[in-house]
Parts: sequence; C-alpha cells; structure tokens
Amino acid sequence: MTSLASNPAASNPAASNPAARNRRKYRVGDSLLWVYTLLALVFLLTPIVYTIVFSFNDSVRSNTVWEGFTIHHWTNVCDQPGICEAVGNSFFIGGVATLVATIIGTMMAIALVRYRFRARSFVSLLLFLPMATPEIVMGAGLAALFFLLQTNGLDTFAFGYTTIILAHIMFCISFVVVTVKARVQTLDPVLEEAARDLYANPFKVFLKVTFPLLLPGIVSAALLSFALSFDDFIITYFNNGATKTFPLFVYVSAARGVPAEANVVSSAVFLVAITVVIVMQVVSAMRRKKYSA
Amino acid sequence: MAIAGFSGGTAKGSSKRNSKGASKSALKGDRKGAIVAGILLIPGLLYLALFFLTPLVQLVVTALESPDASGAIGAYVYDFNVQNFADVAVKYSLQIFRSFGYAFLATIFALLISYPLAYFVGVKVRRWPLLQRMTLVLVIAPFFISFLLRTVAWKQLLSVGSPLLGVLQNIGLVPHDGYFIGTPAAVVFGLTYNFIPFMTLPLFTTLERLDGRLIEAGADLYANPFKVFTKITLPLSMPGVVSGTLLTFIPIAGDYVNASRDFLGSSDTSMIGNMVDQDFLSNQNYPYASALSVLLMATILILVSIYVRRAGTEELL
Amino acid sequence: MERRYQWCGITLANSVKASSSGAALELVNIRKEFPGFTAIEDLDLKINAGEFFALLGPSGCGKTTTLRIVAGLETPTSGRVFLGGEDITDTKPHQRAVNTVFQSYALFPHMTVLDNVAFGLRQRKVDEPLKKAQDALALVELSHLADRRPQQLSGGQQQRVALARAIVNRPSLLLLDEPLGALDLKLRRQMQIELKAIQIEVGLTFLHVTHDQEEAMDMADTVAVMNKGRIEQMGAPEALYDRPKTAFVSKFLGQSNLFVGDVVETNDSAVSINLHGNKITVPVARAEKTAGKIAVGVRPEKVQFHESAPAAAAGQNILGPGEIIDIRFTGVSNQYLIEIPQVGSVTVFAQNVGKSPVVELGAQVWVSFKVEHAFGLADLPVGTEED
Repeated sequence: MTSLASNPAASNPAASNPAARNRRKYRVGDSLLWVYTLLALVFLLTPIVYTIVFSFNDSVRSNTVWEGFTIHHWTNVCDQPGICEAVGNSFFIGGVATLVATIIGTMMAIALVRYRFRARSFVSLLLFLPMATPEIVMGAGLAALFFLLQTNGLDTFAFGYTTIILAHIMFCISFVVVTVKARVQTLDPVLEEAARDLYANPFKVFLKVTFPLLLPGIVSAALLSFALSFDDFIITYFNNGATKTFPLFVYVSAARGVPAEANVVSSAVFLVAITVVIVMQVVSAMRRKKYSA
Repeated sequence: MAIAGFSGGTAKGSSKRNSKGASKSALKGDRKGAIVAGILLIPGLLYLALFFLTPLVQLVVTALESPDASGAIGAYVYDFNVQNFADVAVKYSLQIFRSFGYAFLATIFALLISYPLAYFVGVKVRRWPLLQRMTLVLVIAPFFISFLLRTVAWKQLLSVGSPLLGVLQNIGLVPHDGYFIGTPAAVVFGLTYNFIPFMTLPLFTTLERLDGRLIEAGADLYANPFKVFTKITLPLSMPGVVSGTLLTFIPIAGDYVNASRDFLGSSDTSMIGNMVDQDFLSNQNYPYASALSVLLMATILILVSIYVRRAGTEELL
Repeated sequence: MERRYQWCGITLANSVKASSSGAALELVNIRKEFPGFTAIEDLDLKINAGEFFALLGPSGCGKTTTLRIVAGLETPTSGRVFLGGEDITDTKPHQRAVNTVFQSYALFPHMTVLDNVAFGLRQRKVDEPLKKAQDALALVELSHLADRRPQQLSGGQQQRVALARAIVNRPSLLLLDEPLGALDLKLRRQMQIELKAIQIEVGLTFLHVTHDQEEAMDMADTVAVMNKGRIEQMGAPEALYDRPKTAFVSKFLGQSNLFVGDVVETNDSAVSINLHGNKITVPVARAEKTAGKIAVGVRPEKVQFHESAPAAAAGQNILGPGEIIDIRFTGVSNQYLIEIPQVGSVTVFAQNVGKSPVVELGAQVWVSFKVEHAFGLADLPVGTEED
C-alpha cells in the first residue's frame, strides 16, 4: 500500500494505459487477498485457541467462564471420571482400525493404479460411495445389521469394541485408498523393473523399492485414518454399546458443560499432531529445496 | 495428515517420465495381472460388501418393517411396509426441508469463504513453498482438534454475555436484546465453519495445479483481472469446486451435532440426523429411523448424480 | 520357496562368474502379441559374445519390446531366448545375468548413488559390494558423487550412474534402451565415445536399442534395422549403408534417391531397367531382384550434376536434363533438388570444396552416378504399385 501512495498515478506516464491500470488493480487485489486470508485464518483458528486457553481455566465443573489460570487440569487429567478410559479406548480403536484399514486400502490402491481389469469402475464406485454416504446413514445401517446379527445369536457382534472397530475400518478404507493411490501414481513402474533386472526377487523388489517409495503415502494415509477414527462421533454413537470413546465422553458431558480435562486432551492431541505435520512439511520443503539446488 | 489425504495428487512426483514400454506392460490386463489384482482387491471388496453394502440393504429391509403383533416396544416384523416412507416424509417434512436448506446455505457460504483462501494458498504464495505449506497447515488445523469441542467452543464464544456476541450486537448483526445460539443462523454458521477445510482442500488441489502461465496469458489477452478470473481461473478450477461442494454438502445434510440442543441448535433447528437419532436410539422406532435414513441417502444420491452429470466430472475418485 | 531361491543364487553366481567376458545371445522365432497388435513377428537374431550390437528402428517398431524380452521383463508369445547357449526363455529377470540401462535411467530416488550401484551386488550377496561399487563409479568418473542422491545429479551424471549400476554386475549381456535419448546433442556425442570405450574395456556383449541412426552406426559392430516387428536388414554399418536391401532401410539409414522401373535386360554382370525412356544399370551382385518392377537407389552424395549433357560412358548412369528446384546450404555440403521430367526428383549432395559448378535455382542440369554405386532393392517404396 505504501508503494502505491509514494508512486502517484498522475506522475506515472504509464498510468494512462490500460495495462498499467490493470496492474495496479492486481496490486490492490493482492493486498486485499492477504488481509482476507489473515482474517479467514483468525476465524478458523479462534475455536482452537479458545479450546487451548480454556484447558488452563481454573474451573471446577462447567468450563464456560474464565476463572483464572491453572495447570491443574493438565497435571491431573485422569481425575475427571471416565475421561482417561475413554481416551484409552479411542487410542486402542484408532490404532487397530488404522492398521487394518491401511493394509487393506494400500493393497486396493496398488491394484487400482497398476492393473487394468473389467470391474475397475465398479470398484471405484464402491470406494467412492462410503465417502458420499452421510455418517448418520452408515451409523444407522451398521447398527441395524449388528442388531440383526445379535438377535440371531452372534454375540461377537454385541455392541462394543468389535462393532466400533469394524465400523471405523469401513469408513477409513476409502480415505486410505485415495491417499495411497496418489502416491502409487507417482511411482514409476520402471523403478521396480530396474530392481528385478538387478537380481531382486519379487519379495525383495517390494521390500527394497516399492514399499520405501510408497511409505510417505502410506504414513499419511495411516495418520488420516487415525485422525478420522479418533474424532468420529456419529457412527460410533450408534454402535458403541457400553464402550465410551473420547468424542462420546464430550458429547455426553456437553449437556451439563464440558469439563476442562476434555480441553486438555484435545489440546494435547492437537499440539502433537500439528507439531508432527509442521515438522514433516518443513523437512520435505527443505529436502525439495536441496534437490532442486 | 489430512493434507496428504486430499491433496496427495499434487505431490510433484520425481518420476513423471514413466517409460512407454514399462507402463504399457504394467497396465496390461493379462491373466496373471488379473489374478494379482484380484488378490489385492478381494479383502477390501469383501469388507466393503459386508460392512458397507450389507448395512445399507439391512437399512432398507428395516425400513419396510411393521410393528410386531405383540405390540412390544422395539419389536418389528418385515412385511414390505412401504407406507413407512410416506409416513416419515410427511412427519419429518420440516426436518427434511431444514437439512437440505441448511446444507445448501452452508455449502454456498463455505465456497465463498474458501475460494479466496484456496486461491491465496494455491496460487498467490506458490513462489514461497514453506509459506504455502504453513498456510495450508493452518487451514486444516481445525481437523486436529475435536469436532465436538470446536463446536462447543463456538457455542461458548457466542453465548449470551460473551464479548463476541456483544460485538455482533453492536454492529447490528444480532438484535441488542437477542441471542444467537439456538437460531437457524447459528446452526448454519457452525456447519459452515466445521466443513470449510473440506471445501478448501479440493479447491486448493486444483488451483495449485493451475498453470501460472495461463493466468499471465489471460492477463495479456483479457487484461481485466475480473475477466481473467471468470474466463480462465474459475473454469479451470471447476473440478475442485465440484468435489469441494460434494464433500461439504453430503456430510452437512447428514449432520446433527451442530443442530442439536446441546450444541448450536434448539428444538426448532433439528435436522434429519436428529430425528434418526431420536427414533433409533430413544424411541426404538427402527423402521421410521431406517426409512428416514434411506430417504436421506436416496435424495443425496439423486442430487449428486444430477449435479455430477451437469458439472461433467465423472472421475471423482 | 527358500530352496528355490538358493538354487537360483547358485546358478546366478556361477553364470556370472563364467561370463566375465560376455556371452552370445540368440533369439529364435520370437513372436510377441499384445491385445490388438503384434509387436514382434518371428524374429531371429544372433549376437556374438563381446559384440556391440545395435537394434535400430523408428518408435513402435518393436525394438524396445525385443529388449524387454531379453531382459525377462516381457514374456514372448512364442519362440526361445538363448544366452551363452542356455535357454533362458522361462527364467525371471532377477535370475538372468543380463542388466539394463533404462531410458529414464530408473535410479532409485530413495538411495544414494553408491547404494544404487551396489544394489545388484547386494542382491546377489557378492563380497565387498561397496568396494566394487566404488570401482564402478571410478570407471565412469563419478567417485566424488557417491553420497549424493540421484535427483541431485545432472542428466549426464545420472546416465553414468545407470551405466555403472549395470556394468558393476559384469553381466553376460548389457542392454541399453535408448540410454542417450534424454541428453543434449553435445553430451550425447561425448557419451557415445565413452560408452564405446567402456564396452571395449570391460569386454561385455552390448545390445543397444536406438532410433538414432548416427548413434547406431557410430558405435555398433553390427546394426539390425527393425521395422513393424521385423528385422529388415542386419550387418556392419558400412555394408548396410553401402547396400541397403529394402526401401525402408535405404530411407531410414541415411537418404536415398529411388527410381522405380521395369527390368529390360539382365546379363551376367548387370541388370538394366527402363525409366520412361531412360536406362539405369545396376550390377547383378548389387541387385536383390533381376526381373519385373524394381526400385534402384543411389545415395545423394554419390550423384554429380553437370551443366551440359555428359557423354555416355560405360559404368555411368546418366539422367536428365532436369531443373534445379531447391538449393540448401548446410555448411559442409550443398544439397540440390533436381526435378527431372518422367523420372522424378533427385537429391544431390555436393561437398563444399569449391569444385562443384556454381548453379542457380532454375538452371538446367544433368545428373550422373557410377553403376557400381547403384543398388537394387528387394521391395518397392511405399505408394508404388506392384504389378
């Protein structure tokens, strides 16, 4: 903006031609875009900052009004009945669901990119549908299915850990496929041929070339799966039985006021995740810079 | 983590020079290839058949049940009772209308808010990769904090007596004696906020791939920034607009957290999800809940297929 | 499974040890069909041990497919592949003492240059893989870049790493799939010289696939010209250039003037054809056909032009008069295009040594070439009716 002011249009002979005028419009537009982005980011981050700040609120039960700073909730998270058990459940369920969904999804992604077969479009559709289905529909459908299986004596499908994990794997698969597929597409099959040519047997080709090159995609897919599972509320709510996950804990407590310990858990998860992502981004940006130099 | 989930395709692959011969053979549909592909696909297909398709079928079956002759609560028998669909369509017409209305509004708002943001991240700051990545991380940061908690945060930030509500009252957006939480506006606000990253990421992915030289050529030919935008940038980013609006509209239409009384809504804002929840988990009226779910799913599928055909992007996955 | 791999390891180690000087390759009746088209039709090929063999042809002629069949990356529909007398048709790529320098180099991006070069040695559990890899890098003069990643190297450097990674294994046969295709012209000529030098130094059998005729003629002992899944002609570069046998070879390998006419006379030494009243004679020994319609060719640099009608002489073919319709100056030579009524256009290369007559566009000229420089083809150029 200052550069505009110090360079009055009148004294600039080029200002009379339309191109220069447009260039100026672009510059004004640019500044507006920067300001807009800043405001949008503030909007997006406000509830996060609020959540983190209120994890330090010296409140007893309902965490709605600021009553002073304390780290008590951070040091004594498990004092809040049920929260640590719920968080433990979420980690366990997220871990198992992520493991299974990542394996299944990675296999499918490889098949979809590397092979041409007649049922391709059908498979793509089947993978797209879960992402196009509202959670409430999947939650109710799974509950209806598990309910039917239970009433027919299949106690394995009693609502609890098993049903939640089965549900989470299902909605994670599609996201794993999308993520890993993008990575497989950038993997040149010639690299695998080169390994075969250099005396690597099929198992070694996968171990030494395919897997290491797909790993960044697989890791992203696993992290995404875990995040989806850890934060899922609706589907879990329909299929949990007596098992409580962290989002269920928050939902149940929302009626009478969410305790600060929930903010502690969510803030901790947020800080860890954002740190991991930022480090990953910085490292890969630096590596790219080094290579292109 | 979700960065990769949605924008994975933008990874600038170091190996774009797939040699002709190799990719031809790697993609050939010979018998051995079909067997390997089959082995790789079978676990996933089986899983999705069992835990995605079967539940949908079961939902349809349940939607066609009638109360058991014994009259016991929660006991139903299958008798192809199509009437359930008509019943729920009438009984819950208001909620159905709200669901799609809120979803429509929130999707539009999310698009309007996200587009400049995605343009900034994908086009404006591409010269500074680290700044680009950091801005993107901030855009998806809400993903890393609990969905329910960030909704609770807005509830408290905008509740009666809060400074933020005071500001809104002072600039006239909310009446001085009025409240915001519990109104349809609050629900649409929450839905918009919660799903903005779902809109921004696909938009970013297409805008990031947009060839900068096209914009320069456009500036050269059309000169006017507005025309460059409408003639070049916008048409080229349509795939992102389509997938972004789908990824936003669908979950919003099925959401019920924002609209529920304990979060941003009230009994006057309940959506389809709230009714399914109520009928399924409280009233044990499984046929109604199922019929309503099937209705929601069918409507979405119809809307999506019309929309996708109109927009002309078949390849979504 | 374990047992089989062990077994493979042993055979590999043995064959690789035995083949430190390269082995002969023989392709017998190879045929490769893909859905919708036939890439190779009944191909027979023999490459001697230690030979530098070039497979030359336009893109899509089946040369890369042939190479991939030899590497084991593709299975032939029918036919057999023999390496050093042993049938390797049904062995997997990793079981063959054959290595490839890929067109795109295919260097592993997640490994250092040294690890790339040592990859094959490690898979075969050869002793001291890193030392041998260092030696191979020294051979291509890249020792100082051993710890870099491939992405940090220039195109020419990547090409050398790919070469080192292949030859470090001392394969019986080294396959080169257009390895110089991605390099600029200057670097390419330089790499051609180095590649040839390395081949002589390590004494391996090289099978080089390329569409660059100059590259093939410059480096190879034997060149096979491939077209539409067949080998059209095979031989030493000089022989191939001097006496192409088909219209395709005469046009693909250098340039040719082709004249199509009917054979009017055949005796012990020469075949004469009638070209709308003009007579052209070809030595019998240089003609693939002695009757019917035949195409006779001559290289443009073997043709002279004259401003007045030259006197008929034995051993000279004379055509004309015609009109110069185009002159191109290319530095070392001038290229003239002369349109002769009833005969067609004739290209003449005249070296820029100040000897050729100074003529202008539109000048009337006659052309002549020695009978011994003419060659008679087995087929007719595309677009000519066989009757």
